[in-house]
Amino acid sequence: MTSRATISTKLGDYGYFAIALAVAIALLFAWVFIKGGYLLTVLQLAMIYGVFCVGLNFFMGYTGQASFGQNAFAAIGGYGSAILTVQYGWEPILALVVSMAVAGVAAVVVGYPTLRLRGHYLAMATFALGLITYDVSVQWTDLTQGYMGYSGIPPLGIGPFTVEDEKLKLICLAIILVFGVWLSSRLRHSRFGRALRAISSTELGAAALGIRVPRYKLLAFIIAALYASVAGSLFAHTVGFISPEVFGLQMVVVTFTMLYVGGIGTVLGPAIGAVIASLLPEVVRSTGRFQDIAYAAVLILMLIFVPKGLSTLGSIGRRRAVKAGAEG
Amino acid sequence: MTADSPLPALIEVNGLSASYGHVAALKPLDLRVEEGEFVTVLGPNGAGKTTLLRAMSRLIASDGKIKFKGQDITAVPTHRLAKLGIIMVQEGRGLFGEMTVQENLLLGAYGLGGSKDEVERRFEQVFRLFPKLRERAGQVAASMSGGEQQMLAVGRALMAGPKLLMLDEPSLGLAPMVAAGILDTLGELNRGGLGILLVEQKAPQALKLARRVYILSSGYLRAELPAQDIKSHHDLARYYFH
Repeated sequence: MTSRATISTKLGDYGYFAIALAVAIALLFAWVFIKGGYLLTVLQLAMIYGVFCVGLNFFMGYTGQASFGQNAFAAIGGYGSAILTVQYGWEPILALVVSMAVAGVAAVVVGYPTLRLRGHYLAMATFALGLITYDVSVQWTDLTQGYMGYSGIPPLGIGPFTVEDEKLKLICLAIILVFGVWLSSRLRHSRFGRALRAISSTELGAAALGIRVPRYKLLAFIIAALYASVAGSLFAHTVGFISPEVFGLQMVVVTFTMLYVGGIGTVLGPAIGAVIASLLPEVVRSTGRFQDIAYAAVLILMLIFVPKGLSTLGSIGRRRAVKAGAEG
Repeated sequence: MTADSPLPALIEVNGLSASYGHVAALKPLDLRVEEGEFVTVLGPNGAGKTTLLRAMSRLIASDGKIKFKGQDITAVPTHRLAKLGIIMVQEGRGLFGEMTVQENLLLGAYGLGGSKDEVERRFEQVFRLFPKLRERAGQVAASMSGGEQQMLAVGRALMAGPKLLMLDEPSLGLAPMVAAGILDTLGELNRGGLGILLVEQKAPQALKLARRVYILSSGYLRAELPAQDIKSHHDLARYYFH
């Protein structure tokens, strides 16, 4: 039988802020579930952005590289799913998997030459990748239907079972995000994850220990692309419509905000950032025409007072005996 | 292996030189470390000591030939040198500061792949040499004292199972007692058969441990001589300001 003292010790290990945050998120989900409506859609999109950010965190957080072009892989996922399901009548889940494979191959083709660059040069090269993809999605109208985009994309499902109910959609998206975070956590603490974090610290130092730096950077880039592709596909199947604007520059800005607000390089940060940055516009909406200013002000305050991201607040109240390396 | 040397060369460099842009930091030099030998490279600031180790580790571009156990490794990339057994402890320790002691040590054993038994055996070896690391296994490396960080840097290098350990000024910034402890451990490792190439500015203790000494100054190799031939600072100064 587990004693109260044991439970108390285990809870203390997680930090009281983290426990409070988990309770707050659970209450939020419950409230949105009961209330339904627009906030349900906001949380659905937060889950999708969360998947994207968890992937981006592999490349930018764990490996310490810069990429302004992951939206390109989300576009591949989104358009892949849309074209294969709407034009060719494929099963959504099959379309999602095939789109992932295409995104993975595209990441290898693009990443192999690009990842020889470092710092600002790599950032610019990946930025160009995003711009090119956006241009292709606008100009190649035979394939993408240009600005018109794709509508009537079927919801996710397997065989006769389709996820059409909005609440069920949110549950499915939340399960996918939790799985993505769990996978990210497992990989972060594996030999592979340690190698990525070593590269983030010093590439030469990592190489001196026998780590093949270019190969690992490419692998992190591919993983980020796969997550982005899944996020793109999920968006298409959840909203039922995509256009070039969905995967444009706005997506880069929004996901960067989520990553830094939540805590870049941490396990839970990307998911927390996605939820907070998605809900924040709704919270400040009451300020009327000042809502953009209020939104920016809150973000700036967060970055000033919690520069390592909200997930690092998880250590508040955590017992000193806990390993310093563990994080929220 | 040279004619007057009874031991085979562990590492041998010929005509090794390196530049930073147009500035030649290391003029062509020859150097060797024999199996199980302790060799020290001495020189003042800016002598080219760090450049020498970086060039030997292929961390920077260089000219000249490098042979390890008779095999030409001049074109071998850095990450493969670790697998051959050439490990360098960088100046400033080169630790992964945000990772724990345990994670840093595990990264040292990166080349072992998934061999858990071997990793455990090496953990024990490192913890026997540096018991403090066992106590601090869960602590973030950046939060430790300079001496403990240096222990970790050496411990991490040992996790790789080196045949040649190259160290760049391990006593830098450490209290004399702590630095002496680190150097004593290096002596113990060398008596166990590990080849060591130590770069230092502080001569006295490094000279006690070394069999041979190379003296660098302004990028030039000024001398190669038995360690016992250097009796005082005046002997060194003679070479430094050649």
